[in-house]
Amino acid sequence: MKLSLGPVLFYWNREKLLDFYAEMAEQPLDVIYLGETVCSKRRALGLDDWLGLARELGECSRAELVLSGLALVEAASELSSLKRLCDNGELLVEANDMGAVQLLRERKLPFVAGPALNLYNGHALAELIDCGLQRWVPPVECSGELIRNTLEQLDSLGLARPEVELFAYGHLPLAYSARCFTARAENRPKDDCQICCENFPEGIVLHSQEGEALFTLNGIQTMSAKVNNLLADYAQLATAGADLLRLSPRAEGMAGVVAAFDAVRCGALPPLAVEGCNGYWHGRPGMLRADEVML
Amino acid sequence: MQLVCPAGSLPALKAAVRQGADAVYVGFRDDTNARHFSGLNLDDKQLESGLQLIRQQGRQLYIAVNTYAQPDGWARWQRAVDQAAALGVDALIAADPGVLAYASRRHPSLNLHLSVQGSATNAAALALYQQRYGIRRAVLPRVLSLAQVRQVAEKSPVPIEVFAFGSLCIMAEGRCHLSSYLTGESPNLCGVCSPAKAVRWQEDADGLSSRLNGVLIDRYAKDEPAGYPTLCKGRFLVNGQRFHALEEPTSLNTLDLIPQLTAMGVSAVKIEGRQRSPAYVEQVTRVWRAALDAYALAPQSFSVQPQWRSALDSLSEGSQTTLGAYHRSWQ
Repeated sequence: MKLSLGPVLFYWNREKLLDFYAEMAEQPLDVIYLGETVCSKRRALGLDDWLGLARELGECSRAELVLSGLALVEAASELSSLKRLCDNGELLVEANDMGAVQLLRERKLPFVAGPALNLYNGHALAELIDCGLQRWVPPVECSGELIRNTLEQLDSLGLARPEVELFAYGHLPLAYSARCFTARAENRPKDDCQICCENFPEGIVLHSQEGEALFTLNGIQTMSAKVNNLLADYAQLATAGADLLRLSPRAEGMAGVVAAFDAVRCGALPPLAVEGCNGYWHGRPGMLRADEVML
Repeated sequence: MQLVCPAGSLPALKAAVRQGADAVYVGFRDDTNARHFSGLNLDDKQLESGLQLIRQQGRQLYIAVNTYAQPDGWARWQRAVDQAAALGVDALIAADPGVLAYASRRHPSLNLHLSVQGSATNAAALALYQQRYGIRRAVLPRVLSLAQVRQVAEKSPVPIEVFAFGSLCIMAEGRCHLSSYLTGESPNLCGVCSPAKAVRWQEDADGLSSRLNGVLIDRYAKDEPAGYPTLCKGRFLVNGQRFHALEEPTSLNTLDLIPQLTAMGVSAVKIEGRQRSPAYVEQVTRVWRAALDAYALAPQSFSVQPQWRSALDSLSEGSQTTLGAYHRSWQ
């Protein structure tokens, strides 16, 4: 089982990002995804900076480096940036919008299909394999059973399976909007947001009126408040077809997270239960934790 | 611009036709469409009789098979596509690349529209669906500003349809798992959002609470009007403040934008609400028909009539409407 580090979904300043990747370069990671996937106004690092960072990481880490594209591509300027990203000439690209799939297909470049692409069955997967998909990160709401069935459906179509990467750890990216919820919470119009998301390195927690943590506001993205964690389910992950586990960056403690997953893949017993949630994997509401609801 | 109206039942379809819809869109009675609510949608007999009326009146019938197929239910999506083709519908509205591929190969003459659930918000995405599946129209998600709709329409390889009126999805359609996070059922996979079976109302001394799978979505004082607990429209706590942190209960209404949308070359406007009553369909269709006809007759002197506005306000969530993402200030 390989371990990957997903793109940073929050907005961190340049210094924090560079410190973070310097630390991650020393971890037992097989793949590192770079780039901004949430908001085109977040420019702590531009495309050239990301490519420069990738070259530096390439020298000090054995991880494969991948460049992730924006998930919601609306403005013509965002489409132009996406074209530049696809034309980078060095790194594999993770497509998070069908527009990116089209650009990569036109260039006859292989790609990773990120979790923001709606691929839920073998026929859809087959279509994207024909476009150049070589690794599939299923939508976060997919259960282990749906993923296994999708791959079996692909087998029945006589197609080779792509690599499969599960979103195994982190706040789940659940929704994308035109509206910036961080700016709204800060009472600012989106066009004058002053990039206020920089003040919230792990987003803003949204609670119910009873104080139950429900969601995390992260700019135009809404995430789970709970951290999805599939470490206790480790034994089932490979059986369902997973080749890689994606660990999605958090503001603190990522080295420990990588170490915990690495220990289990190297033979340590997985924990019986973990904090957070894993309901989606078990075909239940995503917010649930299997051991709590006795699955 | 063509007026495309919803029908979740035969009476609603008849109402839409009566009031001048150019096209009516419907779904089959299962999870192959994004309004899979109990008691909703048309059975085979109703579909046949609806289609007969549509043909007599020279209108069009579209069928939405616009959820994402699950591998173990694939045959159901295949059958829905085959059935739509056999009926001879004027368009099949779909989102799943697998479903689109099947439809375009198996029924090459079937007219395909990309559903809003396909979540295509830029010209490159539209080009993919056009080149691979020959779609002839695409419905844009309700996340684009007017300027962005213009940019997309200019570069789009296919005619564009936009949402004109109805319940407002504040997330990009097809890109929202909030409902499945709380309830296990999502628009993409199950054709539902905030499903009725997960809703609980609770009345106590302080007022009324609405819950979704146990999670408190909103709490209303005694005299406060209460709305369906669509989870993105509840009041939540953010940084200690209680407010509609995602969106107020409100509906999209774009009567004011008819001149701009026409100028951009938008080919059709869509009314949301297959889950609404025939009376809703009747009234919204009547107002929009009147507005589009008034504009076509005298574009220079077009203005939104107060009675149109009040009729639509009374049918809107929370009795209020918004231009939504079309207007930058909403974003």
